[in-house]
Amino acid sequence: MRRWRHLVLVLGFLACVTVAGARVGYLNVSDRDRLQSEGDARSIRYTAMPAHRGIIFDRRGEPLAVSTPVASVTLDPQRFDPTLLPELAAAAEVDVSLLAERLERMRDKEFMYVRRRVPAHIEAAVRELNFGAVGFESAYRRYYPAGEVAAHVVGITDVKDAGQEGAELAFDDALQSDAGSQRVLRDLRGNIVDHLGVVDAPQYGQDLELAIDLRLQFFAYQELVNVRKQTGAQGASLVLVDVDSGEILALANQPSYNPNMIDADSINGMRNRAVTDTYEPGSTVKALTALAALESGLYKPQSIIDTSPGYMTVRGKLIEDPNNRGPIDLTTVLEKSSQVGIAKIALNLEERAVFDTYARAGLGGIVGTGLPGEAAPWMSDAQLDNPIVRTTLAYGYGIAVSPVQLAQAYTTIARLGRRVPLTILKTDVDSANKLSQRVFDAERTATLLSMLEGVVSPTGTAPLAAVPGYRIAGKTGTVRKRKEQGAGYDDTRHVAWFAGVAPASDPRLVLVVMVDEPVGDSVGGGTVAAPVFGKVMARALRVLSVPPDGPVQLAATTGIR
Amino acid sequence: MSNIDYVRHMPAGNQLSTPRRDPHIHFDPWLIVLLLALMTYGMIVLYSAVDRDLDVLLAQGSRFVAGLVLMVIIAQFHPRIYLRWAPLIYLAGLGLLVAVLVAGTSVNGSQRWLDLPLLPRFQPAEALKLGGPLMVAWYLHDRPLPPSLKDVVVSLLLALIPAALIVVQPDLGTSILVTGAGLSVVVLAGLYWRWVGYALLAAAAAAPGMWYLLQDYQRRRILTLFDPESDPLGAGWNTIQAKTALGSGGLFGKGLFAGTQSRLEFLPESQTDFIIAVIGEELGLAGIALLLVLYLAIIGRAFFLASSSASSFGRLVAGALTLTFFVYVFVNIAMVSGLLPVVGVPLPLISYGGTSAITLLAGFGIIMSAYSHRSW
Repeated sequence: MRRWRHLVLVLGFLACVTVAGARVGYLNVSDRDRLQSEGDARSIRYTAMPAHRGIIFDRRGEPLAVSTPVASVTLDPQRFDPTLLPELAAAAEVDVSLLAERLERMRDKEFMYVRRRVPAHIEAAVRELNFGAVGFESAYRRYYPAGEVAAHVVGITDVKDAGQEGAELAFDDALQSDAGSQRVLRDLRGNIVDHLGVVDAPQYGQDLELAIDLRLQFFAYQELVNVRKQTGAQGASLVLVDVDSGEILALANQPSYNPNMIDADSINGMRNRAVTDTYEPGSTVKALTALAALESGLYKPQSIIDTSPGYMTVRGKLIEDPNNRGPIDLTTVLEKSSQVGIAKIALNLEERAVFDTYARAGLGGIVGTGLPGEAAPWMSDAQLDNPIVRTTLAYGYGIAVSPVQLAQAYTTIARLGRRVPLTILKTDVDSANKLSQRVFDAERTATLLSMLEGVVSPTGTAPLAAVPGYRIAGKTGTVRKRKEQGAGYDDTRHVAWFAGVAPASDPRLVLVVMVDEPVGDSVGGGTVAAPVFGKVMARALRVLSVPPDGPVQLAATTGIR
Repeated sequence: MSNIDYVRHMPAGNQLSTPRRDPHIHFDPWLIVLLLALMTYGMIVLYSAVDRDLDVLLAQGSRFVAGLVLMVIIAQFHPRIYLRWAPLIYLAGLGLLVAVLVAGTSVNGSQRWLDLPLLPRFQPAEALKLGGPLMVAWYLHDRPLPPSLKDVVVSLLLALIPAALIVVQPDLGTSILVTGAGLSVVVLAGLYWRWVGYALLAAAAAAPGMWYLLQDYQRRRILTLFDPESDPLGAGWNTIQAKTALGSGGLFGKGLFAGTQSRLEFLPESQTDFIIAVIGEELGLAGIALLLVLYLAIIGRAFFLASSSASSFGRLVAGALTLTFFVYVFVNIAMVSGLLPVVGVPLPLISYGGTSAITLLAGFGIIMSAYSHRSW
């Protein structure tokens, strides 16, 4: 009977142990897969591996847009001891009462930002505190070393690192990065304790080389700032093109904005006028009308056009020069920018001659720089049977172009008739030549170029565009703007142009300067735009070591302004 | 049904073999070796569970050393001494329990600790794990066996008074262990099986009534036992996490120091009550099996020692302490693996925790004393 009791106890023991053991065995073996995946679901996370966006360089490798790794300071409000708040706020350089307010709102949450994308010294200061509840999240911040100088070309990105303006938007696909993902082991608090491996390797964005030369861009931008300050103009734009490759070496606008610090005022400076805005080109396109005259075979540079008595009427519309210049040759018509002379030529040519010349120079089409928002040009052949339309078109009214389009037309002249697409991306002469097409006869275009040199002569409309030591070919333009209300033109609001080529004997650079609504006594292309051209072109020729082709002694004595 | 005392009437060791002389030092080498093996295993697992924190390991190690020294010292005293002192130990324990209720220190919402000057903070309830069975054995050791109904009732009262004081702290786990220790003395003394049956029936009948006596959190624990997923982030959290950790190890586990659930704070109480889940995750079923083998060997040896005791008091006390040890192991494993509600019962000599280890080792000291002292 004792054995009986003994046995019962031993059996009871064994039964208990068997039950417990079986239970553990069941969990451990049969239910293992489910429990293991449950366990992984708690501890294994896939986290993003941030990848930086491509860098944008200028043609010489100067960075224009770079992504720098920064940290965002985060906080677990539930674990945070509020008495430490002043210390944290001081280190993160945030307002302590605002932070306290936000912390109060997030009291029952486990995550909040203290401050996003902080500079390195703040991150270091916060890390120094070593508060357990404070964490860091890695991100990238886009910096634009050239700031407002190249803002319109380079553009900006939004908080999600997507391109919004400029090259950032135009080449977003290439610049874009794809964050990878990796498996990490995290603890209950969400701290990452181990890296288990990469699932998707991060795809870094491709770097981008722009055609811009930052040295020229800086100088060009500075000149625009100056001219706007001096003339009180609404805006100003400038496009500098490398003739051989069609690359845009500088493209600047005023007003601009600081892409590193976007605020409410930034919107005023964001418009890339050189690309998105069109203006009537005025006399600058008389060069093309003259080319049409040469092409017609009816005119030579020496052909005499009688502009007396200094005015004429076309179907009742008065066309006049400032004074009676009498009979002058075609070269002088350009040099003096005679309205009457050009009108007479235009009426003498075939109906479509001027329009077709403009179109071949590229004024009718999209330039295709790659920059976003490129304006569709406005030019119509609907009413060419009307002599008034033909004459006004010949001196640059009734047509609207952007500075970039005018730059393309002058580049076509500078390339002696081979049109090439302008580009904001770095390219080379060979690929440019492959894309180029002949649209004008080389000899006639060369003739036109030498005729245009007279414009910057002391007797021309733009002696201020001259560059000592170099021969410059160019053309001014002074356009009355259309009235803001009603039909017709406003006598008080102007657009001043200068478009030119240098050196004239072997063109290397094309520069178009546009000043919108200068105020004051002198509002013409020759007095407002031409000086900007002269200064920027002089600097560009020197920086690019272009050999002078002008009178040597002049360069030696005068130097460069 | 037998009405013969199991333990008290078992032939004592000296009657089975040639009479042994008392050794100079009283201890049982087999039991000590087994305990050392278990404690070493426990230290290794603990080291992993606390993420290689040497301080914790040293603290646990020094308690083990203190406990072992205490065990050997206790083993040197004749069981007579314990018989004589049993009522005093018991009453002193009760006094301390009352003191805890009046002036105890609260930790995690339970008032279990007593801070006395010159002494480390301790849980008086631990003392009753020894004092309880000692007292019941003291009461029963010279009474006619099997115990009469009156003796059983008195014994039950002796066991339940401290249990009641402990359960209001509240500390259900210790309370169960103290009750279990007292009850095992009664069972070992030769209770009618019929009565055991009646008692079980009565307990089953009283269960619904007991439900209303439980604290809210205790009720939730019982409910979540049946459906842990009903409140996965609240009361079910411990159970789910423990099962997850325990079950994700497979046959041989993820390797020491490689458990994710236990070491990343997903497993609550991973170094104390739920440490077996760490073993399950990191060392797998093999690790659990090794643990069970060690426990069974210790229990087997302790039972042999208890049944070989020269006195009926010794046999009762030693047997009861062995049973308590077994209850410890079983309740803990069942609780972690989701068979029993979560009550705070540590895994003996593996879980991190001071008083419990020292009490357990002191208990083994009494078992050795009961065995080793041949004369009465």
